[in-house]
Amino acid sequence: MKRIVVMALLSLAAMRTGMAGVLPEDRADVLLHSYDGGGVTIQGPSVLVRKQFAQKFSVSGNHYVDKVSSASIDVVTTASPYEEERKQNSIGLDYLHDRWMMNVGFTTSEENDYKADTFSFGVSQDIFGDLTTVSLGYSLGNDVVGRRGTNFSEDTQRQQYRLGVSQILTKDLLLGLSLETITDEGFLNNPYRQVRYLDPTTPQGYSYEAETYPRTRTSDAGSIRLRYYLPYRAAVHAEYRKYGDTWAVDADTFEIGYTHPIEAGWTFEGKIRSYSQSKADFYNDLFPRSEFQNFMARDKELSTFTSQTLRVGASYDIVRGGWKFVERGTVNVILDHMLFDYEDFRDLRVTGVTPGSEPLYSFDANVLQVFVSFWF
Amino acid sequence: MSRAEALSIARGVALAAFVVAASGCSVEPWVKPYERDHLADPIMSFDPNPVSSSYTGHVYEAREGARGATGAAGGGCGCN
Repeated sequence: MKRIVVMALLSLAAMRTGMAGVLPEDRADVLLHSYDGGGVTIQGPSVLVRKQFAQKFSVSGNHYVDKVSSASIDVVTTASPYEEERKQNSIGLDYLHDRWMMNVGFTTSEENDYKADTFSFGVSQDIFGDLTTVSLGYSLGNDVVGRRGTNFSEDTQRQQYRLGVSQILTKDLLLGLSLETITDEGFLNNPYRQVRYLDPTTPQGYSYEAETYPRTRTSDAGSIRLRYYLPYRAAVHAEYRKYGDTWAVDADTFEIGYTHPIEAGWTFEGKIRSYSQSKADFYNDLFPRSEFQNFMARDKELSTFTSQTLRVGASYDIVRGGWKFVERGTVNVILDHMLFDYEDFRDLRVTGVTPGSEPLYSFDANVLQVFVSFWF
Repeated sequence: MSRAEALSIARGVALAAFVVAASGCSVEPWVKPYERDHLADPIMSFDPNPVSSSYTGHVYEAREGARGATGAAGGGCGCN
């Protein structure tokens, strides 16, 4: 949950660095989201409103809520199911000057044991006859990590550096390139999560102790994406991302998708995404003994695993021709089916077997988004 | 290529891109503004629905070790 907060803040900040030369469209979106998988349900709304003013400015605001009910594999094996709520609010301001666009943003997120504030700044410019957009961005995040029912409090600082290039290659083909470096410093592990180690003195043969992470992490990610307009009115896209960090996690992400509008006002989309990663060098499902090494983790997000996603989505145009101040609108439904397969994270709900021989864990999840959008 | 070398190259590219952007130099566009009707179609947007892509990124980054370089770098085709 904690990493969810931080990555959401950084993602929001990243998304503000983008198109130059044209202010973003005035629009309002109301989204309801639902995640259900691995014993975890997360639901809530997200409302995003953006409006231009004084011809050169655009202001945006986002309110986002996660209502979490968790009985995940970690929770059922080492803790008790819980419920919590996270609220996040963001504001952003874009300023357009000739072909330059500058933006600043602030996002704050709060839940009962975690608070995160992120400032972001970005600049972008159209060059080469507006065929190319170059964008640079920086974000600074300060988090306060707590632990329910205790006075535990630790700080984390996060910095994010972004470079983006969007390029028109032909009248039917767009290219996007992104590079991003993120550095974290401070308390980076989850104060609730535990590692497992062999302990012959217990009936099940193992015990738990608190995990310990390094206090710094630096990651680099680079991606390339292409979008092509087919000979008929439809588009295909492909994307590849390479990731590496100082914890030895290496990851590859592939994605291909297809978007097909039809005359009656419907647009359909499909997408396949494949992700794989190697484990952090201090990750182990079962350590040989207590305090086996300085840094120890049993976070399945730091293990070796793959995930696959199949997406189907549909959008329907409403308010065609406009209504009062609304120019147009859409109703959208997107469903993602995700599969996670872990290669060195075992399912400890299975007991009575030799430690380390439990079946490998896997789960699937359904992620549903329903939203309406209005342009005005 | 080591990580330090990759970082160095990335920073060099970033610096070069910034210098080029700041210089305001221009070239003759090989795709003319009147040839950009396909690119201006909403189906060609890298990020047609920020409220949705932001949420989707949030879902992935919460459950995967990798992070970054997922934001829509794009649009910017000057075709709106």
